[in-house]
Amino acid sequence: MRDTFIDTTTALLAEDPRTALVLADISAAAFAPAAARHPDRVLNVGIREQLMVGVAGGLALTGLRPIVHSYAPFLVERAYEQLKLDLDHQGAGAVLVSVGASYDRAAAGRTHLSPADVALIDTLHDWAVHVPGHPAEVAGLLRAAVGTDTSAYLRLSVLHNDRTRGGDGALQLVRDAGPGAALLVAVGPTLDAALAGVTDLPVTVAYTNRPRPFDVAGLRALAGRDVILVEPYLAGTSSRVVTAALADRAHRLLTLGVGRQELRRYGSADDHTRWHGLDAAGLRRSVADFLSPALV
Amino acid sequence: MSSLATTTTLAEAAAPLDGRRPMSPLDGHHPVAPLLERIRAGRDFGANVYSTLDVLRVLYNRILRVSPDTVDDPERDRFLLSKGHAVAGYYAVLAAKGFIPLAWLDDQGGPTSRLGDHPDRLLVPGVEIGSGSLGHGLGLGVGTALGLRAQDLLDPRVYVLLGDAELDEGSNHEAIAYAGVTGLANLTAIVVDNSSATHGWPGGVAARFTVNGWTAATVDGRDQEALHRALTGHDNHRPHVVVAVVDSGE
Repeated sequence: MRDTFIDTTTALLAEDPRTALVLADISAAAFAPAAARHPDRVLNVGIREQLMVGVAGGLALTGLRPIVHSYAPFLVERAYEQLKLDLDHQGAGAVLVSVGASYDRAAAGRTHLSPADVALIDTLHDWAVHVPGHPAEVAGLLRAAVGTDTSAYLRLSVLHNDRTRGGDGALQLVRDAGPGAALLVAVGPTLDAALAGVTDLPVTVAYTNRPRPFDVAGLRALAGRDVILVEPYLAGTSSRVVTAALADRAHRLLTLGVGRQELRRYGSADDHTRWHGLDAAGLRRSVADFLSPALV
Repeated sequence: MSSLATTTTLAEAAAPLDGRRPMSPLDGHHPVAPLLERIRAGRDFGANVYSTLDVLRVLYNRILRVSPDTVDDPERDRFLLSKGHAVAGYYAVLAAKGFIPLAWLDDQGGPTSRLGDHPDRLLVPGVEIGSGSLGHGLGLGVGTALGLRAQDLLDPRVYVLLGDAELDEGSNHEAIAYAGVTGLANLTAIVVDNSSATHGWPGGVAARFTVNGWTAATVDGRDQEALHRALTGHDNHRPHVVVAVVDSGE
């Protein structure tokens, strides 16, 4: 996904003189060719994330369209007040692109983990959040985000599904278990494990790579009584959206995702997927427990 | 007349002092005095409201190439008030220059007012940034200067007004270091130094900038001729800082 982001951004910088890129050292080497071609629009401020976002706000105030990129914890958590004030409060927009989703850099430890990024972005108003589930989804999502004037967060991960689902962010029906079945919504790279986990359960599965704005109409069309959310960041991040969308219906909601507890374990991203119960076996256990009254 | 200002009093200073002793009242012959009186409406201002007035007057009378007709012109100079609590004098000058109606001054902070205790760029014509939380203006100013340069807008200049206590915020030092080392020539920072930083700046405020490659001028912040010379003293190769020294606590 990161390579696709670099290639697409390099192309956008060449295609549109409004596009600018602001870096804080992360990925600077990969953007060196673009920086050589567009020295005034590829700006590496060094390891200064507050300045990175402040600069993006200033660029936007002059009419440019900034793309801002770093590791998720440094981009979203360290510079959160800059997102709130230097972008939103100024009426300035930017496209934030992170790498290092949740526990991608598991061996690096807590400092490089960022399961709360989408929840933090969700405190801001009117941001789009894109969580591609496959590298082939990145270019289209990035181009669409850069093509608007509002703010967007594009969350890249080393984890991905086996094949791209594409789409425009609307819920896509991937598996139809028929009338009355529970609806599982899988966000981004959680889809393959979710499909494998519910293969022998009466669960309809839908996919989205755009949790904000959440496809409320699609949810209402597909949801019955039981709804399961599987998100690759903090569990429950989208529960308020789903609850509000189904406020006029009796429904039950199970939210699965990354836990809040700091595990203090290293290992691989796949290890953490398992420890957070987001592998196929873990998801099956959670979903079966949730549905067990209905299965009896 | 001076009192020991702390960051707390700075943060509160735009608001009425609620019975505390007023400091450094404005000379009644000052041209914006009647406008400031309309904003004040019988309340007492903190001294820093007055301490920035001379800087603001020199900027808007003699330096900034911006008028009510050019607030959206890409070629305009940009003035970014980073210390957003120094707002009363700012509003008075904007009204005196015709950016905002005089009648707005009579209701600062009211439920239908566009003038808060900190300025909002989406509510007030001529205001380039919304500010209030210290340490945001210089980063935005660096980005604005870079954005102008990237679009070959080489005439406009970006001016950012800060306070010496505001420099406590580390975000400023990210901006100072980067702007200096990259030679961001279309940027001027103005630091109103009323010695209000709790732990001070041993060696002076200007040194924080010059060590990073800025040019600097330190002048009497109430001397308008000296301010004008300093504000026109940039060399067009490096960013420039003007340290406007006013009485402690002003």
